[in-house]
Amino acid sequence: MLKIGVLALQGAVREHIRQIEELGCRAISVKSAKDLKELNGLVLPGGESTTMRKLLDRYELLEPIRASAAGGVLMFGTCAGLILLAKEIVGYDTPHLGVMDIVVERNSFGRQVDSFEAEMRISGVGEDIPAVFIRAPHIAAAGENVEILAKHEERIVLARYGQFLGCSFHPELTEDFRIMKYFIEMVRENTNVLAH
Amino acid sequence: MKLVGTERVKRGMAEMQKGGVIMDVINAEQAKIAEAAGAVAVMALERVPSDIRAAGGVARMADPRIMEEVMNAVTIPVMAKARIGHIVEARVLEAMGVDYIDESEVLTPADEEYHLLKSDYTVPFVCGCRDLGEAARRIGEGASMLRTKGEPGTGNIVEAVRHIRKVNAQVRRVVGMNTDELMTDAKNLGAPFELLLEIKKLGRLPVVNFAAGGVATPADAALMMELGADGVFVGSGIFKSDNPEKFARAIVEATTNYRDYKLIAEISKELGTPMKGIEISTLDAKDRMQERGW
Repeated sequence: MLKIGVLALQGAVREHIRQIEELGCRAISVKSAKDLKELNGLVLPGGESTTMRKLLDRYELLEPIRASAAGGVLMFGTCAGLILLAKEIVGYDTPHLGVMDIVVERNSFGRQVDSFEAEMRISGVGEDIPAVFIRAPHIAAAGENVEILAKHEERIVLARYGQFLGCSFHPELTEDFRIMKYFIEMVRENTNVLAH
Repeated sequence: MKLVGTERVKRGMAEMQKGGVIMDVINAEQAKIAEAAGAVAVMALERVPSDIRAAGGVARMADPRIMEEVMNAVTIPVMAKARIGHIVEARVLEAMGVDYIDESEVLTPADEEYHLLKSDYTVPFVCGCRDLGEAARRIGEGASMLRTKGEPGTGNIVEAVRHIRKVNAQVRRVVGMNTDELMTDAKNLGAPFELLLEIKKLGRLPVVNFAAGGVATPADAALMMELGADGVFVGSGIFKSDNPEKFARAIVEATTNYRDYKLIAEISKELGTPMKGIEISTLDAKDRMQERGW
């Protein structure tokens, strides 16, 4: 059975765990470096990215997660998780994990009163996918090897860069599991490649 | 199609705060300390609850300039308090772009019969509760997040403990009941029937429930998490302490690692004197903020 970790410092942890388990995988709450062992994939959930970064530093998780990424573990970041993955953050000198070749801008759709939901068409995933944007970031620029999977109002909101998948919105807040299923398929394909 | 202010967008915002600490602040400088310590949001106020208690008189929405100053100082969400039932204070806060409104018993109620119809607003609301009936009535009116009332500004955790235990015990009871028993329970609790059906189906409240009202130490914060709170509001405790930076960090760490007792011991060392606190039985009924709300 595939083991998918969910970074469990703060935020929408329970929602991701539910989707992972309902899709037939084992979900692991990741609170310290030892929880990263033997994971096939890792989800970085929505929450407050500033808070998560402080906690990543305090629990010395930043380097171990980078090491997991270098070791080929697939990663999926939603909202704050996307910000953690990005190589560059507009207005900040240094990134967090800095592993995904994209530039993100924080709170780029406005404050909470501007938060919204919309239906998305996503390449390779499907149509009419509900997407909940909460004080959401967006991908302001993407490297040439980044595959852009969805846009909203001309802004990139879902993209894949090799082993990394990142989105601006919160698929975990909906009953539509297609994006998580897409990530789990990415993990499964990768695990099969490694097994052969 | 782009929809703002939907239930999912409003409740979802609170879901993102789970496992975090929301801190009361009265200016930009305190807001920055809170953000640096790892707070998931700040509550912008003119006075913290213990000072409101000490000052007496009518407590109202803060000066909008304070909210503005705090909103410009930090990138984490900013919450603010409106008086119970004060439609215009709430609309003013919404117009200012505050991220969350607390319809709060800490302020003097503007309406002693009706709460705000929170489902009417684009901005989400958090409300206090002492039991499942009160929690369900607030959700029924459109609250997207709950918190225990506790007894604000006392530094005494006993009321918050009473409230979280009561709500959670009542939720467990509803989940275990037969559906044909729920209407009578709705009558007894003063709770909307449809919400009890939803709670039974979900196995929990449909919105997050934080602890508030009397959290004075890291161990208090951890206790509330142990009792099933989704996160913690800290009011007077932090900026009334000798070393707010250290105190704020300690509260955040204790909340995240509420079962790591060695760590809590470590971070609780030499935090200085916590707020003195008030024994609840010495408060006159008129001074008990938790009695406000209906």
